[in-house]
Amino acid sequence: MRIDGKGRGIDHSRVLRFSFDGQGYEGVAGDTLASALLANGVRMVARSFKYHRPRGIMTAGSEEPNALVTLGRGAAQAPNQRATVVEMHEGLEARSQNRWPSLGFDVLAVNDLMAPFIGAGFYYKTFMWPRAFWERVYEPAIRRAAGLGALSGVAAEDGHERAYAHCDLLVIGAGPAGLMAAWAAAEAGADVILAEEDLAPGGRLLAEAEEVDGIEGADWAAGLARDLAARPNVRIMTRTSVTGAYDGGTYGAFERSAPGMAARHGAPKGCFWRIVARRAVLASGALERPVAFAANDRPGVMMAGAVRAYLNRWGVAPGQSAVVFGNNDGAHRTVADLQGAGVHVAALVDARTGVECALDVPFYAGAQVTGTSGRRGLEAVMVATAKGEVRLAADCLAVSGGWNPTVHLACHMGARPVWDESLAAFLAPEGAVPGMEVAGAAAGRFSTRACLASGLEAGLRAARDLGLPVPNITAPPAQDGRYDILPLWQVPGRGRAWLDFQNDVTVKDVVQAAKENFRSVEHMKRYTTQGMAPDQGKNSNVAALAVLAAASGRTIPETGTTTFRPPYVPVPVAAMGAGARGKGFAPERLTTSHGASVVRGAPMIEAGLWYRPSYFPRAGETHWRQSCDREVAMVRQSVGVCDVSTLGKIDVQGPDAARFLDFVYTNAMSKLAEGRVRYGLMLREDGHVMDDGTCARLGAAHYLVTTTTAAAGQVMRHLDFAAQVLRSDLDARAISVTEQWAQFAVAGPNARDVLAGVLDEVPDLPFMGFGEVRIGAVAARLFRISFSGELGYEIAVPARFGAALSDLLVARAEAMGGGAYGMEALNVLRIEKGFITHAEIHGRVTAFDIGMQGVMSTKKDFVGRAAASRPGLMEEGREQLVGLKPVGEIKEILAGAHLFDEGAEAVSANDRGYVTSACYSPTLGHVIALGFLARGRARIGERVRAVDHLRGSVTICEVCAPGWVDPEGGRMRG
Amino acid sequence: MADLVEKSPCAGLVPVAAGALRLSEIALGPITSVAPYKGQAAAVAAMLGAQGLGWPAPGQVIAQGAARVQWFGLDLALLIGVAPGAGLADHAALADQSDGWAVLRLEGAGAGDVLARLTPLDLRESIFGVGQTARSDLGHMAAAITRVEAEAYEIMGFRSMAGTLVHEMAAAMTRVAARRTSPAKGR
Repeated sequence: MRIDGKGRGIDHSRVLRFSFDGQGYEGVAGDTLASALLANGVRMVARSFKYHRPRGIMTAGSEEPNALVTLGRGAAQAPNQRATVVEMHEGLEARSQNRWPSLGFDVLAVNDLMAPFIGAGFYYKTFMWPRAFWERVYEPAIRRAAGLGALSGVAAEDGHERAYAHCDLLVIGAGPAGLMAAWAAAEAGADVILAEEDLAPGGRLLAEAEEVDGIEGADWAAGLARDLAARPNVRIMTRTSVTGAYDGGTYGAFERSAPGMAARHGAPKGCFWRIVARRAVLASGALERPVAFAANDRPGVMMAGAVRAYLNRWGVAPGQSAVVFGNNDGAHRTVADLQGAGVHVAALVDARTGVECALDVPFYAGAQVTGTSGRRGLEAVMVATAKGEVRLAADCLAVSGGWNPTVHLACHMGARPVWDESLAAFLAPEGAVPGMEVAGAAAGRFSTRACLASGLEAGLRAARDLGLPVPNITAPPAQDGRYDILPLWQVPGRGRAWLDFQNDVTVKDVVQAAKENFRSVEHMKRYTTQGMAPDQGKNSNVAALAVLAAASGRTIPETGTTTFRPPYVPVPVAAMGAGARGKGFAPERLTTSHGASVVRGAPMIEAGLWYRPSYFPRAGETHWRQSCDREVAMVRQSVGVCDVSTLGKIDVQGPDAARFLDFVYTNAMSKLAEGRVRYGLMLREDGHVMDDGTCARLGAAHYLVTTTTAAAGQVMRHLDFAAQVLRSDLDARAISVTEQWAQFAVAGPNARDVLAGVLDEVPDLPFMGFGEVRIGAVAARLFRISFSGELGYEIAVPARFGAALSDLLVARAEAMGGGAYGMEALNVLRIEKGFITHAEIHGRVTAFDIGMQGVMSTKKDFVGRAAASRPGLMEEGREQLVGLKPVGEIKEILAGAHLFDEGAEAVSANDRGYVTSACYSPTLGHVIALGFLARGRARIGERVRAVDHLRGSVTICEVCAPGWVDPEGGRMRG
Repeated sequence: MADLVEKSPCAGLVPVAAGALRLSEIALGPITSVAPYKGQAAAVAAMLGAQGLGWPAPGQVIAQGAARVQWFGLDLALLIGVAPGAGLADHAALADQSDGWAVLRLEGAGAGDVLARLTPLDLRESIFGVGQTARSDLGHMAAAITRVEAEAYEIMGFRSMAGTLVHEMAAAMTRVAARRTSPAKGR
């Protein structure tokens, strides 16, 4: 029921319509879904996880275990939203979960009757036989019956974002302690981020009826927050839960967008922040804990602090007749607030003896609530008093078992919390997270006055640590109430007493776990599921381990806690991965000729991040092989043009450039004449081939190294390492110029004619020659190199001219019966020549294996030389590069097939090698392949079997020397 | 004889606008990487000094009119907007990089918030003021980011990645613009 004139956090005049399970209601601005439901008298909002028991709203914060609802539909469907943090807005549509056909009548409520049979460990013991049934029958059935909300099955829209923030001081929580810490540090001049989970700063001051500095606490907080927000060095982030503490002062945080903003076009639904802070103050407050007594899960049973919050902040009375039960002074305060709001209080039940009560209320000291009754909600409370049991009619039971400081974030880096006997609570150990200090209720300082003082101290200390002048600030006067707790975890008696409401774990389950020797708290957690799911045991962990301690005859500190792990509250995976879905996962690298390739209908193939055309289909070609065969023939008979800009290009200069390259290449680049190009091989330190490519000497102290597309980054890194670490004595500088140059291969008998129409003058370059050329006003580089075996050139221009040059070259080639060729044809052309790519130099082969031991100079040192010359890497029995062609009935060879001796069984013990590349050669009219075969070079002419177990292919092959077309190389040299 | 038409890296991709934010391509003129040889740092600094420039400290940009020297890494700087002086090549490895980089200018209120969605750099004025430059991540790409005005940045990304670069920037701009039209305080 809404109370007239109450509710400092709401605007009675702004009515907002919403629906729950299809039924329309009205809330007001400032409401949460939970406060609006309570204002409308909706008590049952959910069914429990396992027993499908009716459940109501229990808390007023992100720790809510019961009131989980589903919002939205289709792609926007979001299950398991805590009604206590869902902001009210016009048209809000919420649905209850885990019930069928309806919340009021739920078929699986029958589980509750079977409770004696389905306690902890039931699944493990019951669904054992027959073994095969687990996956097919039991698990799907159990998953359907149990659990939380469901996803829609429709992929969510990419509605979140990620961002970084930096500050001197991160203050986590904007209650009295956090506000003071932020104020002190801000006054000192620090850059402060004040992160608050709630939609407004204030913390408990929003929920309590008390004064700070002579005015209402909530007003004091709002005033200070306004002052702080106006400062340029303070950033207040509301609706932002700090979710994790990580190395180096990094914190994760999730920011929910306000409903009004989230509805705007282009606005994010939420943002996952990474905040880097030099110092942090954890002022996250404390969470009130329930007491385990029989049937303590009935709708209407709520935390006392939450009852005060609903009264004071939202002007909502959670019932008409209340009983308050507690073990600390907070229970008395709750009675006062209820009575102040005009709610009848049937009794104050205080578990402590010898305490006084100043209020006009039936008071039972040294008494305990032993049970509740009611159908779909609380109707009566049973109380054991010194004089016997009384039964009190009530529709609301406010419970306080004390407060647990919210130490989660302090324990995210492995620290274990320390038990404090006087508070009956765990506190964070000092230095748990480097640079973080804990303040306020999170540090066990429970009164408002103590919180203000503790926050101020923490803020001043942070300022001092940051080397800033310490300002003169004093904490305002505030209430300094007592806490005075008597530990009380469970009330003995018959009937199920809930510890973990979210996972339906009772005292009996924990005791059972202890009996079955799951004595470690971590084992107990996994056996009973206590502390799992969205709330991660925020309400239940301490009580559960206290029960476990009692059941296993140990103390609470001996029993210890489970491990605190991020995130503190659920974070949508969509937020953590925002922007990185689909193509957002990796950048696209496009060549300057990309647009022209797309216009020609070329399908793209990804090479690293690059997109390269695989072939250029022409009218009438319906299969890629037709296009590929034509393009190969084009290059062999006329001329083809291919964009090779993706190859890595590294500019190496300096007085010692030649010596430096001698060191990274196996062969001697210092012997290379100016204006000439040489093939080169680079090894890793372990003697295996890293990459191959060409190296051109542009000048006496100026080289241009080319790498393969795939290894461009790796080679650049390798050269940097070699220059800075291995040979820092040499004076040579290397820098990537891959992006600077657009480069095109022009290959085929008519290559020279194509160039003649493009270049101002075609120099008479020898094979493996280099020359500077001009295309009109543009200076270009011409290399006479060939990866196809034909007369070939590569011409490079500054990238701004790439698109134009590509168009020009292709048009010229087409006029001569040639044209553009893609990756498929390029691959066929090089296999026909026996040239290798990273399919062959895949990281496990040596220069010896590819038959290039002769390229390893014996006259100089180079990276990998020592390892490459070990006998094991030069042994004749190694798998060596060979060519293969089919000679039997079957004419296909598949890359990936393994090689076996002709008569040997195709099992791994008989494995003699494998196929790395295979294609149909239109030039030869049959399939050819490259591969590695043990003693391969000595077996040329012999027959082997290529067996592809995966695709069921078996081919008899003849071993050949790799390279079929023009093995003497006359065509490319000619 | 052929006449090649040039095309800028972001042709057809920009300008992009969102709220008060603008993203446009800028032409910096010649870009030359300068890597001094051993023992030549002073000579290189002197030669650049003769052009009114100098050798930049890490993260620094030294500007003189349209010309500038921008720190670019360990013993590495970019000479931008002006051709290297005669003789500089005797003291440093020079490489033409004019065509390798897509250069964007992001400006408008909230420009820093846009970058905060893409790069882990600390962009606070006290740390990264006008005239500061850094090489860092931008989305999944490598980039060089320079603050040229209080709310204006220059972003250099690989030419081949210009499409992705603009896409990522535009997406972040949309988010920030939508947030900033909030009646409540936009941050």
